Amino acid sequence: MLASALLTGLGLGSMYGLLALGFYVTYAVSSTVNFAQGSSMMLGAVFAYAFSMRLGLPLPVSIAAALALCALYGLLVEAIAVRPFARRGSNAWLMATVALGIVADNVVLFTFGKEPRGFPVYFDGGISVSGMRVSWLQLAIPIVGLAAAAALSLFATRTRYGKAMLAVMQNPDAARLMGINVTRVVAVAYAASTLLAGVAGIMIAPLSNVHSDMGTLFGLKAFAVAILGGITSAWGVMLAGLLFGVAEALITAFLGSAYTQILSFTLVIVALAIMPDGLFGRAAVKKV
Amino acid sequence: MSRILLAFALLISFCASAQDTIKIGLVTALSGQSARAGEAITRGLQVAIDELNAKGGVLGRKFELVRRDDEATPAKGVIAARELLFREKVAVLFGGLDSPVSIAIVPIVNEAKVPMMGPWAAGTPITKNGAKDNYVFRVSAVDEIVDKAMLQYSQRTFNAKNCGMILVNNPWGESNEKGLTAALAAKNMKAAGIEKFEGNDVDVVPQLTRLKSAGADCLFLVGNVGPSAQVVKSLDRMGWKPPIVSHWGPAGGRFTELAGPSAKDVHFIQTYSFFGKQSPVGQKVMKALMAKYPDYKGPGDITPAVGVANAYDAMMLTALAIQAAGKVDGTSIRDGYYKIGRYEGLIKTYNKPFTTEVHDAITENDYVWTQFIDNQIVPIGMKK
Repeated sequence: MLASALLTGLGLGSMYGLLALGFYVTYAVSSTVNFAQGSSMMLGAVFAYAFSMRLGLPLPVSIAAALALCALYGLLVEAIAVRPFARRGSNAWLMATVALGIVADNVVLFTFGKEPRGFPVYFDGGISVSGMRVSWLQLAIPIVGLAAAAALSLFATRTRYGKAMLAVMQNPDAARLMGINVTRVVAVAYAASTLLAGVAGIMIAPLSNVHSDMGTLFGLKAFAVAILGGITSAWGVMLAGLLFGVAEALITAFLGSAYTQILSFTLVIVALAIMPDGLFGRAAVKKV
Repeated sequence: MSRILLAFALLISFCASAQDTIKIGLVTALSGQSARAGEAITRGLQVAIDELNAKGGVLGRKFELVRRDDEATPAKGVIAARELLFREKVAVLFGGLDSPVSIAIVPIVNEAKVPMMGPWAAGTPITKNGAKDNYVFRVSAVDEIVDKAMLQYSQRTFNAKNCGMILVNNPWGESNEKGLTAALAAKNMKAAGIEKFEGNDVDVVPQLTRLKSAGADCLFLVGNVGPSAQVVKSLDRMGWKPPIVSHWGPAGGRFTELAGPSAKDVHFIQTYSFFGKQSPVGQKVMKALMAKYPDYKGPGDITPAVGVANAYDAMMLTALAIQAAGKVDGTSIRDGYYKIGRYEGLIKTYNKPFTTEVHDAITENDYVWTQFIDNQIVPIGMKK
């Protein structure tokens, strides 16, 4: 039972982590987030379904096209729901991103349809480990989650754009003086954020169903994970996602499903009460 | 001037004809995971209404169906029910497939003294609602009776001795938890375990693992189409294949597409199947359905059959109740249901189906056990 719960928890946890990484990326460079990150996840699954099942494109092409569209959606979110407000020093981006997410959900409801659809399982089969069956998809989900986190880390430290991002994180004004296009860096961060959410959506779709509100609860849990991890640490956010997923699965497996939501969110509150900046975050230094 | 008078006369005649219809309200899920079920109820009602209207209606007035989407949400269902009751002034309000929505509407119809007819939702407290003046009737399965049938079927077909429950976490799941526990207790048995899951849970493996560890040799499943599919997919991932005896949730949508190839392993209850030899009423209804809806090309397309069949019979019995009442006020129609004698329906021949004590027309003898083969709901063993 323990092994099975761990496997389930790691799978779901890495998806929470991927969505939460999206919060981290944009918060780090602009102190803003896309509150409708769940909608971006849904778009990844819906686009991939539409390309592969309705247009009949090969799965790799469908996934690549879906992720490209997700990234474009991120640019759109930044351009119309964040930049106009952040530029004026207003916090209205908070509501604007939620509103844009609701618009996206409803556009999908009307165009994709109201009925949930089944996504094909692309990693059929699995292996048996000491009597427990593990499907390839269950193994692939945490691997992809961790690989995406590693790729983001490499992108930030090894590429020109990544280094520009780090510079913007440290001091946007100094970065601007050094010739870094801060506006573009923020836009790219939003594209990366929705792309990560799209990856999570495509990974979750075969386990679940594809429908317009599939990302709502995931988005909410991912935000809890981002805060729990300390939104300023990439690996912290990912680790918090894994912890949250494993905690959920262990509570369900050992105490019963009646306690899952009560105890998992109580744990988040307790953790934040003890460590207000999250498990791996650092308190902001205020210079006076 | 004559033109104005003519227009006025046309307006009056239009208003008169609009007033002349007897409005039948329907509050059900017309979107979301159970949209197909809502559409099936609509079609069953519409075919019955067309048949009644072709004969001139009842009390010299024709019927008119007015639908509202509850989006499977009690709050939206309550708003829709109020609109139909107080603005549209429907004579009878039909409920949909979600027990939580119907349970939320019940106090409103009892207070408004307008009859409510349930063609799908099986929650026991819908008709057994404890109201002194009960206006709620049903032509559908009832949880507490279904639960007894599920236990009986699991023992007879699978020789099950230690079944576990996997139930959706809502009032419908609770209603069946009580019913199944009572059915087991009546045979001096206990469940291997009782597990709940949320309608939008992605992975139900932890709950199922608990049941497996508790030694469950079969599963009682209660959930609508999406949640039921999640259970089947999770079982597939675990590589565990216990017999699954289910309430009728899987019937509400694209179960095979959502659950995958193992969808056929779920045996679930229905009140009617259009497969096999049909009664004269069955032949007449099938012909009418296929003539009106071009996507119905055979019995396999009339899905979920239970929605169509229950709604058809419920509408016919409602027409008989209004006929017996002689007028269309709520209390007279309610008493009219008690006056119905013999009626040869689609599901069965009803004989005094409603009394002041019994508001459910379907009994345990009227159930059919079915499974999905491809996209068709067929009686168990009829197709491979």
